[in-house]
Amino acid sequence: MPKITYNTHDDKTHTIDVQNGLTVMEGAIQNDIPGIDADCGGGMSCATCHVYVNEEWLDKLPKKEDGEEDMLDMAFEPKKNSRLSCQLIVSDVLDGLVVNIPSKQG
Amino acid sequence: MIKTDVLIIGAGPTGLFCAHQLGIIGLTCEIVDNLDKAGGQCIELYPDKPIYDIPAIPECTGEELTNNLLKQIKPFNFNFHLNQRVEELKKVGNRWHIKTNGNKEFDVASIVIAGGVGSFEPRKFPVKECEKFEGNSLLYSVKDKTIFKDKTISIFGGGDSALDWAIELSNTSKVNLIHRRDGFSGMEASVQKVKELNEQGKINLYTKYQMESVLGENKIDSVKIKHDEGEVKEIKSDYILGFFGLIMQLGPILDWGLNIDKKKVEVNTENFETNINGIFAIGDICSYPGKLKLILSGFHEGALAARGCFKYAKPDEKLRFEFTTTSKAAQERLGIKND
Repeated sequence: MPKITYNTHDDKTHTIDVQNGLTVMEGAIQNDIPGIDADCGGGMSCATCHVYVNEEWLDKLPKKEDGEEDMLDMAFEPKKNSRLSCQLIVSDVLDGLVVNIPSKQG
Repeated sequence: MIKTDVLIIGAGPTGLFCAHQLGIIGLTCEIVDNLDKAGGQCIELYPDKPIYDIPAIPECTGEELTNNLLKQIKPFNFNFHLNQRVEELKKVGNRWHIKTNGNKEFDVASIVIAGGVGSFEPRKFPVKECEKFEGNSLLYSVKDKTIFKDKTISIFGGGDSALDWAIELSNTSKVNLIHRRDGFSGMEASVQKVKELNEQGKINLYTKYQMESVLGENKIDSVKIKHDEGEVKEIKSDYILGFFGLIMQLGPILDWGLNIDKKKVEVNTENFETNINGIFAIGDICSYPGKLKLILSGFHEGALAARGCFKYAKPDEKLRFEFTTTSKAAQERLGIKND
């Protein structure tokens, strides 16, 4: 199973096995990783599952749909490496992915 | 003080259908919502997105679903209290007294919280010192546009609200529009208009910039904005407007003594009552083993919670189970004339 690492804002690191096909957001919610709210439940309509992706992973991720960039406008402190974790579907390619959770979601 | 059987908090699909179920069993209710219209997330987050999993409706949008639910409860003439957020809760004898931020007061036998993920509030700037100016020279909505006349306004955001206000205020004010990227999420016609006004010098457009800090003593003097590449600009501003959409927050409900875990209210699955007798929670806001965050689950929860409300509203009567196909009483309540 691919391992996803979530760095939370309190400087803790959580490395979790996440099943292929789940999203990075779901991996966090199911494992009680703090800091990802996912208010809308994965509908790309709330920007509360915002994460910063480690630079070396940016090119390996699926490209953003238009709607994702629009939602990121609403996110708390968006940066170039911002993604909505509900749009990142876990697969073997993402084994080892590291995401950083912002201090707040809104 | 408005006296009724049940107060429903939240006019999303779950709250609306619960109102229907209350009406069918002969109870009355009033519905409050913090938004300016009914529909909840369906209207605020995805009015145009099709939904495919409402039983017996192969496809409908959030807006259509809301309109149909409103039509379904129309016969009951229940009142809506929009732009109202519940604040205070008090137990008086065997009744509940609730007060909203708009000073509306309700006296009810029971309460159904159908608040989704909370009430919608504007998203705020991450910069700390913004709080100091909030409500005075830093605003998240416009109530009186005349205050901006001949002033310098810095507007942040890339959606329709930001674009529309930039265009509108550029007639009477000096407008800076600051957005974190070159692309905008607002309507293309508005984007073109903003670009035109920028070329004519009527709007100063700063893209790939975000707020760095706000300067000023009692009111804002200027705002520092930072480019993606690190360059910082200081621009004079009398007012700052931020348009980053809405976020959902539980708000005062958190202080009501309900068992809350991860922003969800714990309920039983028999009638969706919370740990407090007479207070029910349904829809996205409730949690129980196996909870699915689907509209159809909210409908089920609302039907059972409505029946749970009955014993508080009419303690001396017994609720009989009836079908709308055959119940004369239910059909009368729906205003259906039988020959």
